[in-house]
Amino acid sequence: MDKLERIYLWIATVMLGIFMMAIIYSTLVLSIRIPSDKGKIIVKPGESLVQSVFQTPPFDHPGLYKRGEKEYELVIVGQAWAFNPADIEIPLNSTVRIKATSLDLQHGFYIASTPVNIMLIPGEITVFEYKFKKAGSYRIICNEYCGMLHHAMTGTITVK
Amino acid sequence: MKTTLTAYSVVQHPLHFDLCEIDRKLILGMILVGFGSLALGVFLGLLQAFNYAGVGLYQFFPGLKSYYHGLTLHGVLNGFVFPFAASNGFLSLTTIRGLGLRMPPFLLFLSLFSLIVGTGLSFYGILFGNSAVLYTFYVPMRAHWSFYVGIAFLVISTWAISLAQLVTLRKWKKEHPTDRIPLLAYASILTYIMWDISSIGAAVEDLFLLLPWSLNLLPGSDATLTRTLFWFTGHPIVYFWLLPVYVSWYFCLPAQVGAKLYSDLMVRSVFVAFLILVPVGFHHQYADPGIGLFYKWAAAVLTFGIAFPSLVTAFSVVYSLEMGGLSRGGKGIFGWVKQLPWKDPSVCAQILAGLAFLPGGMTGIMHASVNMDLLLHNTSFLPGHFHLTVGAAVALSLVGIAYWLVPYLTGKKLWGRSVARWQPWIYFFGVLIFSSGQMSGGVLGMPRRTALALIPYEPLAGWKISGTLTAIGGSLMFLSFLIFFFVMIMTILFGLKERQADMPIAQLIHGPSLKGSQLIFDKISYWVLLCFALIALLYGPFLITHLPPKLICQPFQGF
Repeated sequence: MDKLERIYLWIATVMLGIFMMAIIYSTLVLSIRIPSDKGKIIVKPGESLVQSVFQTPPFDHPGLYKRGEKEYELVIVGQAWAFNPADIEIPLNSTVRIKATSLDLQHGFYIASTPVNIMLIPGEITVFEYKFKKAGSYRIICNEYCGMLHHAMTGTITVK
Repeated sequence: MKTTLTAYSVVQHPLHFDLCEIDRKLILGMILVGFGSLALGVFLGLLQAFNYAGVGLYQFFPGLKSYYHGLTLHGVLNGFVFPFAASNGFLSLTTIRGLGLRMPPFLLFLSLFSLIVGTGLSFYGILFGNSAVLYTFYVPMRAHWSFYVGIAFLVISTWAISLAQLVTLRKWKKEHPTDRIPLLAYASILTYIMWDISSIGAAVEDLFLLLPWSLNLLPGSDATLTRTLFWFTGHPIVYFWLLPVYVSWYFCLPAQVGAKLYSDLMVRSVFVAFLILVPVGFHHQYADPGIGLFYKWAAAVLTFGIAFPSLVTAFSVVYSLEMGGLSRGGKGIFGWVKQLPWKDPSVCAQILAGLAFLPGGMTGIMHASVNMDLLLHNTSFLPGHFHLTVGAAVALSLVGIAYWLVPYLTGKKLWGRSVARWQPWIYFFGVLIFSSGQMSGGVLGMPRRTALALIPYEPLAGWKISGTLTAIGGSLMFLSFLIFFFVMIMTILFGLKERQADMPIAQLIHGPSLKGSQLIFDKISYWVLLCFALIALLYGPFLITHLPPKLICQPFQGF
């Protein structure tokens, strides 16, 4: 290996190392977290997935619930081709703990211009936290393909 | 920069070479099926680009049924059929050439046959069996059985080539018990071994979970498991698209510009790195529930690791190009760039493809960054990224390869060279405009895989400009393909007879060492074991905690 080659390989290694450190920093210090394994929908023998979802709290009552001072829980059930609930009002500067699942297919739950961009997968419970610091109207978009009316699966969040 | 030329005594590639007539026809068949599928695939791509601009053209093509049927076909043709066929043909040739031995013609025939059957069945499944499941399958959305059988045949066509390579390598080793494996064959064979291992995930999913389910033999499906199995294959498939192009960049391109290949050790380590680092698929599931953080972070680290061999490749390829430019009389730091044979459409296409790979690789690293993915996941940023990688680095390079490969295989001179030399430029600027449209839209929340022309709400701010750029870029890409296909058809039909002596293969500057630690590179089974160990470490815990499959999802047909 000659000198030029060695220098190049070192630059490449250090560069990738710096990138990796930046991601670790953003996770540990800036607390930017991704979804992980936070519970499943248990389907009993003889039941369908749809029945089980509606018998598993909190998905028996989708909606927005106050859980403390400036703290809310948003329970979302996605199905072809709608979110339940689809239009949500959230007070400004509140932290929202989203709990979501899907009744039938894979769906996406993406609130445009926020990092809330999570997957709803049948049988799995997605948990994600976000604080809404800007007032305004946000569009919810299903961004994971879910059939012929996928593009019509949408909703709104109003923060005020 | 001074380059030391070492006199090397080992013959790198067999000198007297003639491709056998039957092999020539079979390989040509694969290449034609590949580019034929691409022709239909890019037409569908044009319709999709217009969809992003809010213009729905699907009503004019009632056979297509919907945007999503078109998208499924686009993915299957351009993501499976075209790269599989091109790799099968090109890497068969390089293996035969590298080892100087024929591959079993029966296996080549089996490969071509499976390719045609697979293409036909999946085409039927999508358009007549109503299987708009996209190329990522999207369980519990269910396709017609013919779709799953078609996909299986497409994979079998690649396995047949791999088997043929291994049989031939075994024969070669018997004849040369103490020699290093010729580098060209080494790279070609490792590409297929990497793919054999990485295709296991989707193959298991397709044959044991989806096909029986589509025949009503299973009560339901398991969304998380099938997703994980698919992405086990669905990321390394990217390297299966890319590595044949690397073979061309390492071996053919330097020869075409009158240069040499830098080092044997470098090429072997690059291909071994791609083989070991197969299990990176979890990085497609950063936003998924049901997958623990261990898998996601491990995949992130491995994905950064796999950027490394590509950086090494960039070094080696640019080094060769510089040498070529200097040997043609280039002066100064950048003077060599001008001296490269830009008028040769094959060289021009591959260099521009390499340039497009630069932003492609950078955006790939952005996607691999675990939590940054939350901003980009499933937005149109992603198609922006992979049209620079597979859509430019791979597709445009394969087009470049075709400019010498089709004349080589047909014995006809390339028709319309003066027209063809502009084609790579049109494509290059087209794909840059296309991708900047897709990426800027993605940052503004524009979703991918969505019939944007039909959305029931006002497009968000900036989407219209991004969509328009997408359509302009897509039209340029399509136009350049029209030129390419016209040149190819004219070459095949009316090209002047001209036997090309040999394919372009570069000589090495630093050859292989015949003793010492480097010999371990040729012990391919060690690297395969290492790869399986890494897979066990990453996918083992997931499978142990997840299995048996939870077949709770009812089949769903969204139409």
